[in-house]
Amino acid sequence: MSARRRRVLVWIAQHALAIVLALMFLAPVVFLTLTALMTDEQALTSDLWPRSWNWDNFAVVFAKSQLLRWTANTLLYAGLGTLFTLVSSVPVAYALARFRFRGRRAAFLLVVAAMMLPPQVVAVPVYLVWARLGLTDTLWPLILPMLLGDAFSIFLLRQFLVTIPREYTDAARVDGCSDVRTLVSVILPMARPAVAAVALFQFFYCWNDYYGPLLYAGVQQEGWTLSLGLATFKAFHSVQWNLTMAATLLVTAPIIIVFFFAQRVFIEGVTLTGVKG
Amino acid sequence: MASVASAAPSRWRRGEGLRALVWLSPWLAGVSIFFVYPLLATVYFSFHHYDLFTLEWAGLDNYRYLLRDPRVVTSARNTLWLVAVMVPVQTLFSLGLAQLVVRLKAGVGLFRTIFYLPSLVPVAAGTITFVFLMNPSTGPWNQFLALFGVTGPDWFGDPAWSKPSLTLLSVWSCGQIAVIFMAALLDVPRHLYEAAAIDGAGPWRQFRSVTLPSIAPVLMFSAVTGVIYAVQYFAQAMIASRVASGATDSPGSSFTPGYPDESLLTLPQWLFQAGFRDYQMGYACVLALVLFAASMVFTLLLLWQFRRSEGAT
Repeated sequence: MSARRRRVLVWIAQHALAIVLALMFLAPVVFLTLTALMTDEQALTSDLWPRSWNWDNFAVVFAKSQLLRWTANTLLYAGLGTLFTLVSSVPVAYALARFRFRGRRAAFLLVVAAMMLPPQVVAVPVYLVWARLGLTDTLWPLILPMLLGDAFSIFLLRQFLVTIPREYTDAARVDGCSDVRTLVSVILPMARPAVAAVALFQFFYCWNDYYGPLLYAGVQQEGWTLSLGLATFKAFHSVQWNLTMAATLLVTAPIIIVFFFAQRVFIEGVTLTGVKG
Repeated sequence: MASVASAAPSRWRRGEGLRALVWLSPWLAGVSIFFVYPLLATVYFSFHHYDLFTLEWAGLDNYRYLLRDPRVVTSARNTLWLVAVMVPVQTLFSLGLAQLVVRLKAGVGLFRTIFYLPSLVPVAAGTITFVFLMNPSTGPWNQFLALFGVTGPDWFGDPAWSKPSLTLLSVWSCGQIAVIFMAALLDVPRHLYEAAAIDGAGPWRQFRSVTLPSIAPVLMFSAVTGVIYAVQYFAQAMIASRVASGATDSPGSSFTPGYPDESLLTLPQWLFQAGFRDYQMGYACVLALVLFAASMVFTLLLLWQFRRSEGAT
């Protein structure tokens, strides 16, 4: 077999395999969508293709559950959480990346340790503190701590900031810039991709978070987030799969839309998490 | 660099420790409030009975109960399964997927997007979707298997198949790891492959002698974080149990995590149940310390690796 023919065959095999895998990755979303559009009766059968397209299933989901309320709560959690995280984590990452001080390496290792700590380990005492403050049954115990920095965001930002050559900050200092000025007008413009990636990761983390709201949001459905509401949707609102799938689709859609607008930021950000090992 | 450093007065250097302290102080406060204090308090509560209302000394009662609690053994065994099967399967699949995608000539961007997207689907949504896909009566997955003459099991309803089902879910949402591997693979210098090819190395030999050493740090990082996430595995298992069993976890309902047959019970879930559903806060703290010890082992492994790579720069 000639080398040329061999190359063509390998090309075909690789692309065929990729197409098959891609179809398998897409299949769950396809079946999810098809089922979301079925009638109640058909959703009880093993049919895969809807006999009629019931777009009003989405309206039924809104009417039956507090989806709008959950969306508002989730937006509050994710929006404020992201904002607080950025404001608190950027300076810490900057100090860890740029200042030379004793214990700098220990501080960095502490960030990694905090990042790896399962949230359940400290759950009981932290919960008791929030209970004493009367803030359980709200989302504030999840939002407020982000004012004091988030380990994963600090880690990621720091990994990016150490790659910015020292010359820039040294030059800014020679020009008489304060630390804050240097950070805001020299470093931040250069760190835009990393900051954007951290913002997106944090937003998605909050949007997806299930454990946190389960612990703190309480039993009243008005206070729930989308993840929490969705997880109990089937038990509370529908015996059939169609409405549950419609709700699932509604919770997933915004994330997918955001992704398509910010695809580059994501891929670059993900890459950032892995490069320094 | 050297000229700038010598031109900069040394008082900036000297003040740097103090300035770092100021800049780090909010985070140090955060670490004290949400890491150091609760850890100490957890030790304190672990020697007490506490149900949110009365706090009384318990001595070693909670620890003694730990040794007799069958659920601890069950959840440790389940976690071990996740570490030994789910994490390697997910890591190896991601690596294979990354190898495939970086070799593609056409449609790389499209394929990367398709493989990455599921990892963004909210955990609750992804888990519910898989419970639906794999439910034995109306789900498409068993119908697909039937095309090949295979009778699929009751995936999320069968204790023997519930963990493999979640492993499939983890493979579906492996995009994040795969993208990290893709970047690492593209970073391997091309000339190393060329040199290896000239020396007569076949594909497998090239992978072992060139690819693997180059991506080892990334592989190691992803394996260790994977293990740490397996130790704190919570949402997928909890939601799968709930949706598959139809339980609501509303007050007064008798939902115990781990359905079916505690096959999906993990330590974090049992801790959550003990502390925040049964209000045995003291015992929950003992479980928290066990969880802490387990995750520390792997965290130290990661820290050791970071120290090494940081020392190099």
